[in-house]
Amino acid sequence: MSKILIRGAKVLGGEPQDVLIDGETIAAVGTGLDAEGAEVVEAGGKVLLPGLVDLHTHLREPGREDSETVLTGTRAAASGGYTAVFAMANTFPVADTAGVVEQVYRLGQEHGYCDVQPIGAVTVGLEGKKLAELGAMHESAAGVTVFSDDGKCVDDAVIMRRALEYVKAFGGVVAQHAQEPRLTEGAQMNEGVVSAELGLGGWPAVAEESIIARDVLLAEHVGSRVHICHLSTAGSVEIVRWAKSRGIDVTAEVTPHHLLLTDELVRSYNPVYKVNPPLRTERDVRALREALADGTIDIVATDHAPHPHEDKDCEWAAAAMGMVGLETALSVVQETMVDTGLLDWAGVADRMSVKPAQIGRATGHGRPVSAGEPANLVLVDTQYRGPVDPARFASRSRNTPYEGRELPGRVTHTWLRGKATLVDGKLT
Amino acid sequence: MQRHLISAADLTRDDAVLILDTAEEMARVADRPIKKLPTLRGRTIVNLFFEDSTRTRISFEAAEKRLSADVINFTAKGSSVSKGESLKDTAQTLEAMGVDAVVIRHGASGAPYRLATSDWIDAAVINAGDGTHQHPTQALLDAFTMRRRLVGRDAGIGQDLAGRRITIVGDVLHSRVARSNVDLLHTLGAEVTLVAPPTLVPVGVETWPCEVSYDLDSTLPKSDAVMMLRVQRERMNAAFFPTEREYSRRYGLDGDRMAKMPEHAIVMHPGPMVRGMEITAEVADSERCTVVEQVANGVSIRMAVLYLLLGGNEPAVSQARTTATEEK
Amino acid sequence: MDTSFPDARPVLEGPDIARVLTRIAHEIVERAKGADDVVLLGIPTRGVFLARRLADKLVEITDRKIPVGSLDITMYRDDLRMHPPRALARTEIPGDGIDGRLVVLVDDVLFSGRTIRAALDALNDIGRPRAVQLAVLVDRGHRELPIRADYVGKNLPTSLRETVKVQLAEEDGRDTVLLGAKRTVPGEQ
Repeated sequence: MSKILIRGAKVLGGEPQDVLIDGETIAAVGTGLDAEGAEVVEAGGKVLLPGLVDLHTHLREPGREDSETVLTGTRAAASGGYTAVFAMANTFPVADTAGVVEQVYRLGQEHGYCDVQPIGAVTVGLEGKKLAELGAMHESAAGVTVFSDDGKCVDDAVIMRRALEYVKAFGGVVAQHAQEPRLTEGAQMNEGVVSAELGLGGWPAVAEESIIARDVLLAEHVGSRVHICHLSTAGSVEIVRWAKSRGIDVTAEVTPHHLLLTDELVRSYNPVYKVNPPLRTERDVRALREALADGTIDIVATDHAPHPHEDKDCEWAAAAMGMVGLETALSVVQETMVDTGLLDWAGVADRMSVKPAQIGRATGHGRPVSAGEPANLVLVDTQYRGPVDPARFASRSRNTPYEGRELPGRVTHTWLRGKATLVDGKLT
Repeated sequence: MQRHLISAADLTRDDAVLILDTAEEMARVADRPIKKLPTLRGRTIVNLFFEDSTRTRISFEAAEKRLSADVINFTAKGSSVSKGESLKDTAQTLEAMGVDAVVIRHGASGAPYRLATSDWIDAAVINAGDGTHQHPTQALLDAFTMRRRLVGRDAGIGQDLAGRRITIVGDVLHSRVARSNVDLLHTLGAEVTLVAPPTLVPVGVETWPCEVSYDLDSTLPKSDAVMMLRVQRERMNAAFFPTEREYSRRYGLDGDRMAKMPEHAIVMHPGPMVRGMEITAEVADSERCTVVEQVANGVSIRMAVLYLLLGGNEPAVSQARTTATEEK
Repeated sequence: MDTSFPDARPVLEGPDIARVLTRIAHEIVERAKGADDVVLLGIPTRGVFLARRLADKLVEITDRKIPVGSLDITMYRDDLRMHPPRALARTEIPGDGIDGRLVVLVDDVLFSGRTIRAALDALNDIGRPRAVQLAVLVDRGHRELPIRADYVGKNLPTSLRETVKVQLAEEDGRDTVLLGAKRTVPGEQ
């Protein structure tokens, strides 16, 4: 593989430097590096970050290839600056066996846009009753370390306890979709002032918080680590903060949309705003931003959830829950965290690359931008600002809540182990 | 300009009074040998009912026919197509047939709003009840009934319900009637009190322009009208209240409780009543109970709404909210 | 003077209006041979006041009670689709109805004739009079339908660029008929 010289890039937002890629590896970082024999990319003050890692992506394959495939999903990931994504298990069939996770893993390898690390189901068929073969999935070629029934909560306390205990044997982690099922029967949106007015079934914050409280206590009791998916309420932040202060091994993620949008948008009854957990209040949004800034929330994960047009072009109750996010995540984080002064670019690298790679044990990702490290890199034009145009998405689906909204930042280049997957905003 | 009637909250005080005044004139048509007006001749109105409601449908149908509109009834219940598909597809079918207005009843809150603001259809949309959201013509007919009884038929013309104390009792949580009434009655200057067990009051009610009480007996003597909402027996199984008997004892309206109301106060019910649950037969059949009047008034109100939305080249009623988000 | 009607001139003043109403009342009695089955129906808004004044005069002449009511023609108009819906006025049919009676429709100005056509349609839905006659305070010509008045207070030749405005004490605080230049507001009569 040839050499690439990225000239004048603000590494992690710092002073402009040159970064030389040789083959799959970063060969040198410094000023005035020799361009001899290298293809030169003029960064012109753009920000260079380690390739982003998404711990929470729905690639839909196998089963719902009408909304996304491993190919379209990884192309979307590369467009958004990601070099690794964790693919959720709620496919058809469910990724609850070594066979399914290996298939997804291999598809990712073949397409080569982004590493795909499958997440295994905690329970057979996501039914919450019987543990799936967690060990077999770990030992498979896919090397699964993250397990989740995402989309459904592992609500049975005994099953959750056993899963937390069991994965300790191989350093796995259970990622919990915290949603008490009985408290959310018929739930359509955040329960509060807006739901009362709109007459839509309420999804109370306590349904999330009670499960998180239980699970951090279980994790403490069995001495395991637990990861909280898409934490969405101010109360959840308080519980995680308390748990961390006690030394409980808990990590938590927040989605970009929960950092930006509130349930006031549901007044439009437009199903692009229908998502699970639901959009919360302004107060929650503020708490989530602060928690991400102070590290209580460890990472940003997209919960990229593609749905075909017809599943959103209908009345609210009939619509599917979820939003695509891979191609807008970095922009939303810049808007809500960087441009507000809550986080610098090094912090963004930490929350969107370093930490998610650590939680998911994604070796080779989330590494420092320094000589000898794998060349998983992303170049971001942070000066750009423009409207979101879903027609330009690489994802097969268009269910974004940001259509037409002006957001800052644009990923121009992505390199996966030295190979460009995105050049000047165009997929290779 | 308002093309649709989606929510009682969209009506201004003047809009609401205009509708009530117009309904008062429409009511007189019912007393004539020929109960028909040529006003909507050549206009096609579809009654699009995704939920069973014979009462509401025939009320709209009577109103439409009295105004000489062409009426198409479309009952989509039981369609095998997925719900979302069928609303959009049905809307586009109706659009292709050139309908002027769609009266829609739907189990999903927001379905009429969606229909009015999507690009699926160009017709005027009138909400005939959506999920647990809104039922604006019900609120209008209730306000009309109150104005007639509490202010007077002729004395009421041009008047609102300023200072009238209205109590709404029952399953507020699941009630589109309660939501619509709170909005409209507040707009008309009435003081509204909701009475229900705490389990049947929505979280978030604190921003509604009304009082909330858990005690019926203390509220009754201060009420000019008491509106009883239907309480479905199934709610008992979801632990909203322990037993039917306990509900009736604490929140049902019987003869003894009715006696605590002021002399002039009326008892209302949107129907259908569950006798023995929220209301006893003695109360339901009393002179003070306006249930039958409400049905008759429903036709007049719906005639008024149809006339004001469809009778001219543009509607006579202004609409803030839907227009603000409407793209075309 | 009405500020929206700046250069208008009066063509009938208070005493003239009283005089022509008296004359019309006499004509009605004469043509209806005593007016014993007459029902007066005014067309809102000002036709109703004129009908009541005529009724008072008929009572004076005949010493009998004359049934008087109002007939709102809004929902029978043929130009509904050309304007936003108008607020409805009251239709008040006297207790004994109009079947077999001589209905005299009363309006302030007769112009195109379309209002009267609508009134005839409205009457049709209410009952079957023995005959229908029309009394107007002013006939300004320019008929668009084959309709004529039986009783006319004043024939007033006008141009289509002019407009006639009737003001009555009950509504406007004074009695007068004004003739002026038409305002350039689209849709105005």
